[in-house]
Amino acid sequence: MSPPPAFFNEMENPDGSTREPYRAYSDWFTGEDMARLKRKSAEAEAFFRRTGITFNVYGQQEATERLIPFDIVPRIISAAEWHRLERGIEQRVRAINAFLHDIYHRQEILRAGRVPVKLIAGNEAFLPEMIGVSPPGGIYTHIVGIDLVRTGPHEFFVLEDNARTPSGVSYMLENRETMMQMFPELFTRNRVRDVARYPRDLANSLAAAAPDKCDGKPVICVLTPGIFNSAYFEHSFLADQMGVELVEGHDLRVVDGRIAMRTTRGYKPVDVMYRRVDDDFLDPLVFNPQSMLGVPGIMDVYRSGGITIANAPGTGIADDKAIYSYMPEIVEFYTGEKPLLPNVETWRCSEPDALKYVLENLADLVVKEVHGSGGYGMLVGPAASRKEIADFRRKLEAKPGNYIAQPTLALSTAPILTAKGLAPRHLDLRPFVLVSPNKITITPGGLTRVALKKGSLVVNSSQGGGTKDTWVLEG
Amino acid sequence: MLGKTAGGLFWMFRYLERCEYVARLVEAGLRLSLTRPHAASDEWASVIETASAREAYLARNEAFGQADVVDFLLRDADNGSSVLSCLTTSRTNARLVRTALTREVWEATNECWMTVTGLLKHRIAERELPGALNTIRRQVQLVKGALHGTMLRNDIYNFARIGTFVERADNTARILDVKYYVLLPSTLPVGSAYDNVQWENILRSVSAHRSFRHIHGNETSAAAIANFLILDGRMPRSLAFCYGKINENLGSLETEYGERHPCHQQASDTLAKLRGQDINAVFERGLHEYIGEFIQQNNALGFRIEADYRINE
Repeated sequence: MSPPPAFFNEMENPDGSTREPYRAYSDWFTGEDMARLKRKSAEAEAFFRRTGITFNVYGQQEATERLIPFDIVPRIISAAEWHRLERGIEQRVRAINAFLHDIYHRQEILRAGRVPVKLIAGNEAFLPEMIGVSPPGGIYTHIVGIDLVRTGPHEFFVLEDNARTPSGVSYMLENRETMMQMFPELFTRNRVRDVARYPRDLANSLAAAAPDKCDGKPVICVLTPGIFNSAYFEHSFLADQMGVELVEGHDLRVVDGRIAMRTTRGYKPVDVMYRRVDDDFLDPLVFNPQSMLGVPGIMDVYRSGGITIANAPGTGIADDKAIYSYMPEIVEFYTGEKPLLPNVETWRCSEPDALKYVLENLADLVVKEVHGSGGYGMLVGPAASRKEIADFRRKLEAKPGNYIAQPTLALSTAPILTAKGLAPRHLDLRPFVLVSPNKITITPGGLTRVALKKGSLVVNSSQGGGTKDTWVLEG
Repeated sequence: MLGKTAGGLFWMFRYLERCEYVARLVEAGLRLSLTRPHAASDEWASVIETASAREAYLARNEAFGQADVVDFLLRDADNGSSVLSCLTTSRTNARLVRTALTREVWEATNECWMTVTGLLKHRIAERELPGALNTIRRQVQLVKGALHGTMLRNDIYNFARIGTFVERADNTARILDVKYYVLLPSTLPVGSAYDNVQWENILRSVSAHRSFRHIHGNETSAAAIANFLILDGRMPRSLAFCYGKINENLGSLETEYGERHPCHQQASDTLAKLRGQDINAVFERGLHEYIGEFIQQNNALGFRIEADYRINE
């Protein structure tokens, strides 16, 4: 056994002094009464519940609505730290878009042998229907979430790219609203950059990517699978904040070569659809024929330039976990620069040498399903029982190509408020990026997810994680 | 506005109205059982009838005991018109149309649902019943208050109001449909204790026992009560009042959209009939037939509105 790693603490230096970005907060906190803070914490929960900021949980008997626990201690990022992250994120997002364009057109990166052909050809996330299709404005990923983890003062890594339908932005916004309601005094003591522009930025960004067939002000809609989807709150929240219609598949149909929504005054064409429905369910005529969530014929309309779909169908090929390990090559190939944000070291279990190493070191590694998400179906070696490891080993040996493995990272911690006062917990960060034909906008902040259990490294809300307000300080 | 949104608003407020109605029926039944214990069982049977739930109720109960009836009307998840079911359906529709509602209306709806589901988690003991009914009524009123206080007077508001009054007209008509015989010229001496209690109970079921006295003093007659519930445009649960409001809101939609539909004609025909009506003529034609016909027309109007505004397709 190696000695327990020393985790980087976002608030405290190893010598016990407070790190710079947390100074003003720490001074304020010292003067606060614990009973008042606990009361505020309970108030926040009641507020979230009353507002209906809930998510539906899968895999339970009844469709229940749950709250994602909210911790009232903000996660604070300095201007300099953020500036570095921004540059790295922008570089990565440009590369992802260029990769998607290439992979659905000339496939130069495959010809150059930088990414193996079989990784694309045999991949469910690759849509042959998109070959040769150029989305309006050339944008594939209008909305991206980049999951970052930190292990030291200057050590940030990209854990995952979310290029399909990244969720969580409503929590970024509501967490901030809640903090400003509860602790207005904190926002006069700290100069925190505003995140409330996001819905307007999103609407502008989507409008800028409208198709040529749009005449006049672009009509935008948000497509949701419906009220039983786990992220329904977010879908309705974003539609509401942008002032656009929230539609389901059965509200839409093809009319005169456009997608139109059924209104109380007849059918009205839609120009840009922010869809929160997976590729497979988008068009029953092209993909899953059983799907009731999509619109029959939408792919034809899309290919003829009648509508913008955000994100474009087929973007999943860029955030697939098997592709992830090639991201450094991808960034370099399209930008000609070294990646500013490194990947986490990754073993592809499809490769015999890597598989051998992973099988020998299961107890120390994190093993993930290539197509999985939400923290389901993964093994966290150091936290798993012997039986869990043995069970997982069998699954891994049966289908090695389904898995990748990563070292157990010494994720940074930040304090949360517990019954006994502040206590450090592991966390990650998902900044949100908007891509339009003329610019890339990164909202200063993001979603900080935090493991609430002591020592736990899994921050997913479906696995008992919580969230924090994320502050980026002005420079 | 999406057709689906119009439908969501229409049904959200239909179910909210129905919830209030069912709670009021329980309240009136409870009152009667306290004042006339020996008539209670018949009264609970008629309450179940008025809630259009006789078959569903008898599928699992044999007698009309107070505790069972109350539980069925308040809490039974299989009874689509129980208070609990109504509020759940109303809130589900509210979630569906969340983007059309102000934050105040949504929060009031959500809080109403949270409070009442909490309240109805277990069977309500008899001694807790008045308090529980009071809470239900107050929570529903908070939603309505938020609607009045915060919503723009546009198509969103119109569909919410149309749902409210189509449901309310149906509810008042159903009370008359079940209780019409109490209002018929009786073989019992007029003014007998029986009539008075039954009449008062009808008025209580529509929260009108006080307002009726304000207008008519102690001079009660079957014709006056029927007139009050059917034709009096001042009484907020009368059929005439409901149709005045339905026409008003359909009229706003006509102006806003610049489109007249078959539902407009249907609604204004019904209103004209109510306005030109004399209560004695209703009795001559037969109160029961008159009400039966009204219920059918009211249902048909609901379907017509759904078709005209592309709520379903």
